[in-house]
Amino acid sequence: MIAPAAAYVALLVGLPVLMSLFLSVSDARVGSETISFAGLTNFRSALATPAFRVALRNSFLFTAASQALVVAGATLLALALREPFRGRGLLRLLVLLPWVAPISLGAIGWKWLLDSLYSVVTWVLVALSLVSASNPPMWLGEPRLAMLSVLLVHAWRTLPFATMILLAGLSAIPRDIPEAAAVDGSGFWRTHFTITLPMIRPILLVALLFGVVFTFTDMTAVYILTRGGPADATQVLPSLAFFTGILGGDLAQGAAISLFLFPLLLAAAVALLRLARRAEDAS
Amino acid sequence: MAIVETRALTKRFAAADPPAVAGVDLATREGEFLVLLGPSGSGKTTVLRMIAGLEEPTSGEIWIGGRRVDGLSPRERRIAMVFQSYALYPHLTVRQNIAFPLKAQGVPRADHAARIASAAGKFQLDRLLDRKPRELSGGERQRVALARALVREPQVFLFDEPLSNLDAKLRASAREELQRFQDEIRTTAIYVTHDQIEAMALGDRVAIMDRGRVRQIGTPTEVYDDPADTFVATFLGSPPMNLLERDGRIIGFRPEHVRAAGGGTAEDSVVFRFRCELTEYLGSERLAFGELDGDWAGREVVWRMPSWQPAPEPGAQVAVAVARDRFRYFDAATGARTTPVSLG
Repeated sequence: MIAPAAAYVALLVGLPVLMSLFLSVSDARVGSETISFAGLTNFRSALATPAFRVALRNSFLFTAASQALVVAGATLLALALREPFRGRGLLRLLVLLPWVAPISLGAIGWKWLLDSLYSVVTWVLVALSLVSASNPPMWLGEPRLAMLSVLLVHAWRTLPFATMILLAGLSAIPRDIPEAAAVDGSGFWRTHFTITLPMIRPILLVALLFGVVFTFTDMTAVYILTRGGPADATQVLPSLAFFTGILGGDLAQGAAISLFLFPLLLAAAVALLRLARRAEDAS
Repeated sequence: MAIVETRALTKRFAAADPPAVAGVDLATREGEFLVLLGPSGSGKTTVLRMIAGLEEPTSGEIWIGGRRVDGLSPRERRIAMVFQSYALYPHLTVRQNIAFPLKAQGVPRADHAARIASAAGKFQLDRLLDRKPRELSGGERQRVALARALVREPQVFLFDEPLSNLDAKLRASAREELQRFQDEIRTTAIYVTHDQIEAMALGDRVAIMDRGRVRQIGTPTEVYDDPADTFVATFLGSPPMNLLERDGRIIGFRPEHVRAAGGGTAEDSVVFRFRCELTEYLGSERLAFGELDGDWAGREVVWRMPSWQPAPEPGAQVAVAVARDRFRYFDAATGARTTPVSLG
């Protein structure tokens, strides 16, 4: 009965993982005719590369920063979208768009929005006199700004998903709990911070974990916006693995770099499974 | 001074629909336990929620403690409410649940411990203070909800069918607790229920509502013995009052006021010929269902008697009598109570 599912998991998931494990301890290159065992050389040389260390730091930094923004933003958005009002359906659709649109499309859109010459963002800031027209910010060209741009695009992309999950969580709170809090004398902020948010904490954690996994493993945003530049400033592990392994041809090194993603993803998976277990036990 | 007063209180949810609450005038007396009784959809919960500030009235006024409150939010009204589900905060302990209103209203930290201890003590919650709501039984949860309401020292307690979620046995003991609570605290309370036994047992006065209107307000004795219309007459009492219609008039009498006609009936009773169709034995009492013959032929009547009395045989015709002063008279068209008419 579970044979088809097991075969699916084995082929689509297990096989590539085993392949990369195999490649990472070899000396495979694109086009090489022989393969030999290389032990932990690839891992050691990766750790020694400055680009790798930057990529490792960036992976964590972008994920942490963008998801912190997402948690705050999604909470506010979910609270705002919870009560019915005219146009709410349309607004919910608009909120969902960044998520449902393919990330490459979104990233290309942002690439133009953040272009050094044609950026609409710059145009608005110039109109508001916050930035001088003769010295526009290089959103994707200056290292710090580029990092900021990438993590904001990550936040923009995962915000809808978190919002929808939180909305579902909020609607599961029985109506009389916030009413009881209102009668007890609690104002808007106290109710939300001490009653509502703690009650949706499990769901919030799920949304956060999903966001962490999606952001940590994403290479498309970096690839399209900055190609990892300027000078590796926005490089992340997945994109570095791609550049090294596929574009650079060093399959073994690329595989080794991508395997560094594994520990964090394993931790995330364990955490999610634990949460699911706890939810099961509670019900 | 009335503690809670509503004047022409109206609530319309959708402009096209009939109002959920249609011009309700209520005034509670100080320390009174007023019950709003009625079937589902009668508007009683809506009235309560408007008094609490959880629902905005379409028109009308609400006064609490001599102050007009219909524009104010719930927290400004100095009320406490016990919900049907108790609405305990699931992630807080009993102690934190009881402390919440104190924190929310800015009561100084130093006073918290004493007030929590006093409220918890009144409901024997001392041992349960560190438990979470999911670790408590239904009765214990009710006590926590009461303690949380009490700790606020409100002007009015509002109860929204708090016993509905309990099973029958627990309901009786929980009702007793509420009664004791009320006797001791003596704060004005408004209690919503659809259960007439609860209403009669707990209420100092009962307001019976139907389709958004108050049909009658009075003490349990008043509303039971002198119903203002056929709705009240049939809503209270199980089985409901027997209603016999003739010539545009309805006469009513309660099943328990029927008795077997002895030899030499007194002048102050009316005798009927009752043909029993079936009987029900309920343990402490017996119900006999049947039809009348003679002047009132075809009318169905229920007769309620203590179970030690011999039961009428199904199919047998028995002479029964009802004392004249037990009759109530209603207009057949409006259902309203009218003056007595002579009966043949």
